[in-house]
Amino acid sequence: MKRMLYSPDYLVTRDPEKCIQCEVCVRQCAFNAHTYDAEKHRVDTDCSKCVGCFRCVYMCPTGALSVSEFSGRMANSANWTDKQLKELYKQAETGGVLLTGMGTDKKYKIIWDHILLDAAQVTNPSIDPLREPMELRTYLGGKPLSIEVKENKRKVSLPGADISGRFSITTELPQQLELKTPILFSAMSYGAISFNASKALASAAEECGIYYNTGEGGLHKDLYRYSKNTIVQVASGRFGVDTEYLNSCAAVEIKIGQGAKPGIGGHLPGEKVTDEISMARMIPKGTDALSPAPHHDIYSIEDLSQLIYAIKEATEYKKPVSVKIAAVHNVAAIASGIVRAGADIVAIDGIRGGTGAAPTRTRDNVGIPIELAISAVDTRMREEGIRNRASIIAAGGFRNSADVVKAIALGADAVYIGTAALISMGCHLCQKCYTGKCNWGIATQDPYLVKRLNSEIACRRLVNLILAWSLEIKEIMGGMGINSIESLRGNRLRLRGFDLHENELKILGIKPAGESL
Amino acid sequence: MKRIYFNEKYCMACRLCEIACLVAHSKSKKIIKAYKEEYPFLKPRLIIEEKGHVSFAIQCRHCKDAPCVTACVSGAMHRHKSGEIIHNEKKCVGCWMCVMVCPFGVIIRDLKGKKVVAKCDLCSDLGQPACVDACPNAALVYGEDKDNEK
Repeated sequence: MKRMLYSPDYLVTRDPEKCIQCEVCVRQCAFNAHTYDAEKHRVDTDCSKCVGCFRCVYMCPTGALSVSEFSGRMANSANWTDKQLKELYKQAETGGVLLTGMGTDKKYKIIWDHILLDAAQVTNPSIDPLREPMELRTYLGGKPLSIEVKENKRKVSLPGADISGRFSITTELPQQLELKTPILFSAMSYGAISFNASKALASAAEECGIYYNTGEGGLHKDLYRYSKNTIVQVASGRFGVDTEYLNSCAAVEIKIGQGAKPGIGGHLPGEKVTDEISMARMIPKGTDALSPAPHHDIYSIEDLSQLIYAIKEATEYKKPVSVKIAAVHNVAAIASGIVRAGADIVAIDGIRGGTGAAPTRTRDNVGIPIELAISAVDTRMREEGIRNRASIIAAGGFRNSADVVKAIALGADAVYIGTAALISMGCHLCQKCYTGKCNWGIATQDPYLVKRLNSEIACRRLVNLILAWSLEIKEIMGGMGINSIESLRGNRLRLRGFDLHENELKILGIKPAGESL
Repeated sequence: MKRIYFNEKYCMACRLCEIACLVAHSKSKKIIKAYKEEYPFLKPRLIIEEKGHVSFAIQCRHCKDAPCVTACVSGAMHRHKSGEIIHNEKKCVGCWMCVMVCPFGVIIRDLKGKKVVAKCDLCSDLGQPACVDACPNAALVYGEDKDNEK
């Protein structure tokens, strides 16, 4: 047997009193951690193969299994942690780049947890959202700087006219995306996730009146019927892009970067490119789907502008165009350029954004937190007087509705949720998406595994999640005495920083807790 | 009458339905006890068909034109007034003609007493069939009869 220099990540404990040798765990583990010994009528477990996805724990009918962190520490050093050691041993063995999935698990300060929300007391009344109407409807897209009104010669009763019918608005509103709640499902391609997962996202978006994003994997023919709730992505690989694709959506997104791997392209291994995926991506079956790191036709803001307008021409100026970038050090200036290039929406993905596969070092070390990026971009766009020209969508590690409220108060128009959506479908964050062996049937194309995700059940769970978050957002807004999400947007006066450095407060544009207006 | 329908699109062959069926028809109704003490003599009353990645669980279809009822010499296999096919153990002589004629192969020989057979009784005492309850992926659904079902 091959000796490993490192200990397993997880310890699987099987209670022999409870195990009935039913082999459910054996059949459920795609990593083959459990095996059945017919001679001894016993199920054995190889802990070194366990990835900690908890599928067997969930499925075991007698509760005989438990998975815990392997506790034996190799070196008692704060600097050389077990994780560091394991990664070194793995690289020494393979000579390869370390790969991982999902958002970074590195212990960075989570600024959301250091921002506190305000509530109304005495001098302004709070609102009970169960008794009074609360407005979460959000419109994404460019807004006119001013409104022009003309006086009608005769009274008219047309849309755009006032009640008396004497005045009409002549300013044309650019195309808008209407969201019932300021949340969208972020870009996850069919290829990275299974068809059932894509379908669940699409149907949940339709039911909630929000949008899902196809990622760069093209659009499966069965998902064309959700086109009203689809944002299609045009990424550096240009997979699946044609006029039909660009016109089967509510908006088009140009993907420049991704929070989990800024500056890096994508790679869908050939074995995952099945018949269906090759059709959606418009590439031959079994070939690697490589997304280059840059768009080979974009080397400047002017080039980006050309692509934005090429898409607008192709869609007859009927679809808003979004540009998605990773939050990097110069994000404010880049976002400003993007708005000037003609984008209607800027999507910013922070360092905690998820991925199906990324080099560990890039995921864990490149980019900036989304909290700082939102405020930097919002501030810069306000200073330059162009904030109205584009909406901001924030992405990257939104864990709950309070994070969403804080992001909107910092200046975002809406947020993308990816990891939270996957978790609601069953993901247990084992970070093994890149292996294609997702035991929960989400990040896999294996016909044995994709069936594990029932898209109807997953859809219901996603709808419930969006519903719950929307209720919580209303509840928090009501507490602040705000009855419309529009009044919360960019309302940084209702935020206070706690345990934050002066510089962080400055960039966030918020006051420290305890300081009054 | 209500029937059990399967959806092979979502069946992952975990066999939790089989385990639940076995426990529901055990003496103790306790999963660990049933497996540790009664197991070799217990048979689940459904079968799981698997070929490649396609799988589904199938149990007695409670056919409208049931060959097993026609074939039964002792009247043990009979139709209940609510529609389902019921097997009366006391009347069964163990000729296994029902096993021979079942077009779905879902009447299973019971090894405990050699003359009787085991077949799905829709868990009439539980309200909802145990297999449907146990399915984690809604691949088994208990629903009202579709009209043209045989």
